[in-house]
Amino acid sequence: MNAVLSSLIILAISGLLALSFNRFAKLSNFIGALGVVIASILGLGSIFVVYKTNNSSLNIPWLVPYGTFSIEIDFLSTLFLFPIFIVSALAAVYGFDYLKHYFGKKNIGRAWLFFNLLVASMVLVVISRNAILFLLAWEAMSISSFFLVLFEGEKKNVGRVGLLYLIATHIGTLFLIAMFVLLSKNNGSFDFSLWQITASGFLPSIIFICALIGFGTKAGFMPLHIWLPEAHPAAPSHVSAVMSGVMIKTGIYGLIRIITFLGIPCAWWGYLLIAIGIISGVLGILFALAQHDLKRLLAYSSIENIGIITIGIGMGVLGMSINNPVLTVIGFTGGLLHLINHSLLKGLLFLGAGAVLQGAGTREIDALGGLFRKMPLTGFCFLIGAASICGLPPFNGFISEFIIYFASFKSLFGSAAIALISMIIIASLALIGALAVACFSKAFGIIFLGQPRSVYCQQAHEPGIFMRISMVILASASVLIGLCFPFVVGFIGKIISEITGKPISTIEMPLLNLVNPLIYIVVGVLLLYIVILLLILLRRIILRKVEIKPVLTWDCGYMYPNSRMQYTASSFIQPVVDFFKGILNTKKHVVKITEYFPDSSYFKTETADLFSETVFRPMFKFLRQMTEKLTWLQHGKLQFYILYILFTLIALFIWKL
Amino acid sequence: MYTKILQLVLILILSPFLFGVINKTKAFFAGRKGSPLLQLYYDLFKLLGKGVVYSTTTTWIFIAGPIVGLSALTVAALLIPFAGYSAVISFDGDVIFFIYLLGLARFFTVLAALDTGSSFEGMGASREVQFAVFAEPALFLSLATLARVTGQVSLSGIFSKAVITSWAEYGPLIYLIFGAIFIVFLTENSRIPVDDPNTHLELTMIHEVMVLDHGGFDLAYIFYGAAIKFWLLGTLLMGIFLGTSSYGWGQDCIIFILGMILLAVVVGVVESVFARFRLLKIPHFLIIALALAVVALILTMRP
Amino acid sequence: MNSEINFIIIGILLMNLMILSSSRIRTCVWIAAIQGVGVGVIPLVVNFPSIMPEAIINSILSIFLKGVVFPWLLFRALQEANIRKEVEPVGGYPLSLLMGVIMFAMSFWLSSRLLSSKLLIYDLAAPVSFATFFTGVFIIVSRMKAITQVIGYLILENGIYLFGIVFLGEQSLLVELAILLDIFVGVFVMGIAIFHISREFDHIDTQKLSQLKDLINSKQEFEDD
Repeated sequence: MNAVLSSLIILAISGLLALSFNRFAKLSNFIGALGVVIASILGLGSIFVVYKTNNSSLNIPWLVPYGTFSIEIDFLSTLFLFPIFIVSALAAVYGFDYLKHYFGKKNIGRAWLFFNLLVASMVLVVISRNAILFLLAWEAMSISSFFLVLFEGEKKNVGRVGLLYLIATHIGTLFLIAMFVLLSKNNGSFDFSLWQITASGFLPSIIFICALIGFGTKAGFMPLHIWLPEAHPAAPSHVSAVMSGVMIKTGIYGLIRIITFLGIPCAWWGYLLIAIGIISGVLGILFALAQHDLKRLLAYSSIENIGIITIGIGMGVLGMSINNPVLTVIGFTGGLLHLINHSLLKGLLFLGAGAVLQGAGTREIDALGGLFRKMPLTGFCFLIGAASICGLPPFNGFISEFIIYFASFKSLFGSAAIALISMIIIASLALIGALAVACFSKAFGIIFLGQPRSVYCQQAHEPGIFMRISMVILASASVLIGLCFPFVVGFIGKIISEITGKPISTIEMPLLNLVNPLIYIVVGVLLLYIVILLLILLRRIILRKVEIKPVLTWDCGYMYPNSRMQYTASSFIQPVVDFFKGILNTKKHVVKITEYFPDSSYFKTETADLFSETVFRPMFKFLRQMTEKLTWLQHGKLQFYILYILFTLIALFIWKL
Repeated sequence: MYTKILQLVLILILSPFLFGVINKTKAFFAGRKGSPLLQLYYDLFKLLGKGVVYSTTTTWIFIAGPIVGLSALTVAALLIPFAGYSAVISFDGDVIFFIYLLGLARFFTVLAALDTGSSFEGMGASREVQFAVFAEPALFLSLATLARVTGQVSLSGIFSKAVITSWAEYGPLIYLIFGAIFIVFLTENSRIPVDDPNTHLELTMIHEVMVLDHGGFDLAYIFYGAAIKFWLLGTLLMGIFLGTSSYGWGQDCIIFILGMILLAVVVGVVESVFARFRLLKIPHFLIIALALAVVALILTMRP
Repeated sequence: MNSEINFIIIGILLMNLMILSSSRIRTCVWIAAIQGVGVGVIPLVVNFPSIMPEAIINSILSIFLKGVVFPWLLFRALQEANIRKEVEPVGGYPLSLLMGVIMFAMSFWLSSRLLSSKLLIYDLAAPVSFATFFTGVFIIVSRMKAITQVIGYLILENGIYLFGIVFLGEQSLLVELAILLDIFVGVFVMGIAIFHISREFDHIDTQKLSQLKDLINSKQEFEDD
């Protein structure tokens, strides 16, 4: 506990110090990054302490009305603290190099202040046990990330994006406030420890819906996600890594935490969560596929993975409500493990995207190509991340997707309803997986392979040493975690026991079902490595004496191929995008070739977000039209404003006295 | 354990033979004499001895493609049962591992194709990932339906029981599943009517065009990988009919191998009597597989 | 015994899916005809050892009408009217197929709700007959040509017929014959109408015949042109 508190303090102090040394960009940069790293190491230490001993909590009365400064680290918190600390620390190490680019152009101290605040507030969100404290931390998290999104505010569109983010996140907070008010009204306290809803009827469902909207906005559930693909690309890459990797996961955390207060969930909550998960997963990856901006693609892919996580958690909730231990335990396990995996992977991929952005100067996929020669290490790390996020063995992404599949396969034999839901989950996961392969083979293949498509690629170079270090650590984590899952399952059991409120002994039985396949998979993965090594060895031995000739790529015998003849990202995904045109609604801008000796021609595709185009834009337009009628209230005369305040005060007095 | 390893060895040795059978069948229909049954073995042997040529555009991904592809398929071969007898590795949920290993092979083949920077190979890669979008759910649903019918979640379990328990009750259902898997099987192995392995026009090729720039040693890996993949997915088909273990190991194995040869003949017949679909039709064809699997699945929901 | 019926019924179901996914009108006519024959055979198989003479007559009549007369009329109409070969579904073939599968799932649910299990002699027949019925309606709604709508009616009738033979038993004969007659007259009239329309407009433009399917549509299409 002390370790976490001190890490919070270190984060705050280092942030402030970084701001105050603002004039010395190098020093400020160093202090800011160092603070996060030290704080994270301390924080990780505290996780191990909790794991060894048990929960620890702290309760300090506080001046804020209704608030107590009560924090606690239980197993559920540690699950979220772990990626927060790791990804933040590595992002900070990375940012130390990344921000050097901006020395003299940008306010480095401010960037670190908000970054450290973001990390601190995320930690606080996860450990706070009081509604007021939670909301404060939640707001701090939103605000600090808002300022980080605005880091490059002079670029066009960034201001608008920041505003969109701010509005979206506050709409979410609005629902959270409503939810907390309902919860505390019902229990007569703002402390989480006293919350336990036993009331039946509509109340738990209303609270659940509020939580779903409030936390879902942060997590990026499908109709509420519209800020995500805008805000994440706008932020600097190490911040995108933290936002996409861990910040959106706090939404999932909040949802799970609230579910623990609500007693036995209704079955339809589970169905709803699964439906949201499937919609987010399939549509997320479909839109990711159609994007041409690398960071936007990754942001949509985050929505997809949040979808997969939600499927897992929905299965868990469904299992709780129908009292099916296998579904509960394995569903939650899959969801939670995918959450950790996705944190690391999306961190890795965003860091890779940042390296590409800084090396080549653009994140337009179609302008890149052949970067693998210039940036072999970045390319290798990105490749591991890409393969892993598609859920391909032997990496960690496969294991967590496997567990969710496993839960569905295991519940195929029950009643028709559960079997049907499992089948739908299996089919959607398969669809998501295949689309993810298309998406990331496009991202990796077009950016890193082939020939350079534009001048951007000429100057491309590997990023600084610290950026490389953090990418390599995350990539190797992805390889290693894939191998050690069978051994962390026990820890997951404790978390699930906390969520469901069931004794650990009832959790362990279904988990044991899972351990055996996981061990076999590890064996299979090791065999895969061995076979790969053997085949490489065979190749070495046989090709020892053979001469290897370099030639040009086969060009059908016509002329020397050039880079403009290559397949582009648009053409690579065209068949899929065309097939799903009813959903994607991709717009094509074409200058058609009509003559035999054509002039310059032009082709561009663009895929706008489904929901922001069809739902939110019309909705806000309507809202704006309605509110425009109220503009007579806002006339700019100070006296009248004071009069308003007076009226309000009087009205309040009359109401209360 | 020894018999299991022997089964694996049989898969690894026999799989190229089936390609010879297909070619013989096609030759028979065309009224030709055709290449010898063991042609693919000769080809593999020849290719292993050849030198290699690499495009200056490529990186090590190009070399890694065939290696990872073949390794993934070999490991997948560890999971596949043989004549209804359990595979070397068998565990609950190995179905998922199996399909994802095929996915891994595809991923690296696609990347190796994109590595050349050739527009033809990009074209092939693009089509390959598109077809997988429809083929993978269909395969998953078919196997999940079989899992529900048999009450097993491992490949070895499913195919040891697929026949015995369900034949009387689920007869039509098994045919639907067979149809669905057969479509996926033809697609994944790039056979007519989806893809023509013998075509020589780059614009119309799918799988063959992706490996256009591979030669010599790497091509041998790719050919061998394709042969293993044919066997693996073929087992999913024949396993439905020949999964019984009733006559003792030796005879069962012989029956099973004969069954696989029959399957190769069937593929040869299909290739001889069908024309290739237009490319735009192929997703449509795969969706039929998906529909068959879904119908089968709904049939299992009968009270 | 049960399993043979099931095979035929699954075959009927698959023909629904095939007709939804096939792009050629000729194929659609063939499928409708084969489906009609399949449906007509069922009463013979159901009561195999002891077949009533009425049932035999019923079967032979319906097989003859659906398997020979209707296809002949339709093919003739196709030829005379010189109709283009493509089906032109609204929303594309994959969507049609998806709808077909969804309709089947829905009929499954519907029949489990609607009919008490005691009535279910052949548990597949009810959902498949509903699904066939819905498919017929769907084809009528989603296809743009007069001739495909006739095919839709045929499919729809097959669904009703299947429902009748399985659930109404011998009493169904009268109902069957009435419906069959209706459809017969319908197909006949349609065939003659299409034939005559094509003759009337022959000297103008036979290729645009499909635009005569009804007033509003044809207006729009002319405007589009």
